[in-house]
Amino acid sequence: MIFKYASPASFYPLAGKMAPVFAVAAVVLTAVGLYQGFVIAPTDFQQGEVYRIIFIHVPTAWMGMFIYLVMAMYAFFALAFNTRLSAMMMQSLAPTGAIMTALALWTGALWGKPTWGTYWAWDARMTSTLFLLFLYFGYMALNNAFEDRRRADKASALLVLVGVVNVPIIYFSVKWWNTLHQGATIVPGSSKMADTMLAAMSTMTFALWAYAIAISLYRVRSIILEREKNTAWVNELLDRR
Amino acid sequence: MTNPASQIEQDFAVWPGFLVILQRDLLLAWRTRAEIAQPVIFFIMVASLFPLGIGADMKLLSRVGAGVVWVCGVLATLLSLSRIFAQDHADGTLEQMALSPFPLAALAAGKLVAHWLTTGLPLSLTAPLIGLQYGMDAPTTLLLVVSLLIGTPILSMIGAIAAALTLGARGQSLLIALLVLPLYVPVIIFGAGAVEAFGASVDYSAHLALLGAGTLFGFVATPFVVAAAIRIALD
Repeated sequence: MIFKYASPASFYPLAGKMAPVFAVAAVVLTAVGLYQGFVIAPTDFQQGEVYRIIFIHVPTAWMGMFIYLVMAMYAFFALAFNTRLSAMMMQSLAPTGAIMTALALWTGALWGKPTWGTYWAWDARMTSTLFLLFLYFGYMALNNAFEDRRRADKASALLVLVGVVNVPIIYFSVKWWNTLHQGATIVPGSSKMADTMLAAMSTMTFALWAYAIAISLYRVRSIILEREKNTAWVNELLDRR
Repeated sequence: MTNPASQIEQDFAVWPGFLVILQRDLLLAWRTRAEIAQPVIFFIMVASLFPLGIGADMKLLSRVGAGVVWVCGVLATLLSLSRIFAQDHADGTLEQMALSPFPLAALAAGKLVAHWLTTGLPLSLTAPLIGLQYGMDAPTTLLLVVSLLIGTPILSMIGAIAAALTLGARGQSLLIALLVLPLYVPVIIFGAGAVEAFGASVDYSAHLALLGAGTLFGFVATPFVVAAAIRIALD
């Protein structure tokens, strides 16, 4: 059943049905999440209004890391089972992951100025997030560097796997090197946050998650069409238009 | 009475394959000595440019010396990475290696060690010269050399993966830099960190131990990754 959708030809229509659902979910959840974050959640007594940046900052940072892990999973499938669709999913996820990581850095800088008094500090999480962004750039550059698609897919899949082994090493090395960032506030089981703030942040996380799924499904449809343009089913599809 | 199959197994085992490639690459390197010297000269030149940019205050220089040496060493290593496979790829030797009965990972390990012996080792041994320029005292310089000796093999190993992945790619040398530099972060941190910890009279053995762990783990794991990358390149 699942393997049926490992073929681009059968995944294409499925992605077409799923993408709008996630797109609508993303819009609705964003509206709810921003309302919770900007209107319902109380003003922080230490940081004032500026803390509300975290409702964007934390979800984007999570998604930036999470999408890299998802890419690594697809990289494993691409190399182990030699499925073309896995490589296409990696290719469609990478720009979204890079945007999320860049947004996390950007919102972090905007939050850092009024709170820490500096846009940038060489703190562990910021530095390792920056290098995560570089890893995304490296993947995209390698994926674009070959004429031969199969070669590009496999080489970049191997790179992502090497990268995912390194992400925790980079994180802990930088953490040991320098730490200024506040410790984790959200630990499963015990949260130090007000419930309304946590609700807003979770809603925004699900909103960005839905957005990432929707946009990568739309993108993978374009990638499928582009790569399979010489196959019979794509030509039939185009003829019917 | 020798079984022919086990005879083949003996002839084409891991260690003979490793040694054959190691010997061959070292010989090739020796025949093109000038090319081997280039990263070392680059290393010294870039390190000599820093004081011109940040000022010749000896106190400042001795403080930043270890970091400058490490970053310059990383850049010099970068320059040498495309050399690992480019020639063999261009003339078809790499395909013959992949087809040979030797395990490809053993051949890759030979290439890694040969690359370190011709890049990381000379860079580490040149570092005291830069230490002199930066006014570092003898114990600090010694520790710097030790950290380079333990850490630079990791640079060769990660670099070889990137070099194999980018074989035949457009703009290979810049691409290698893009892939490799984020992965070099921990090595720079622990390498320069050991010297900095020593300067601050803090225990520095943890930094060196982690570098050593990285080198040992890398030597076990990377030959297989490099072999996989070579197979992808020849696919």
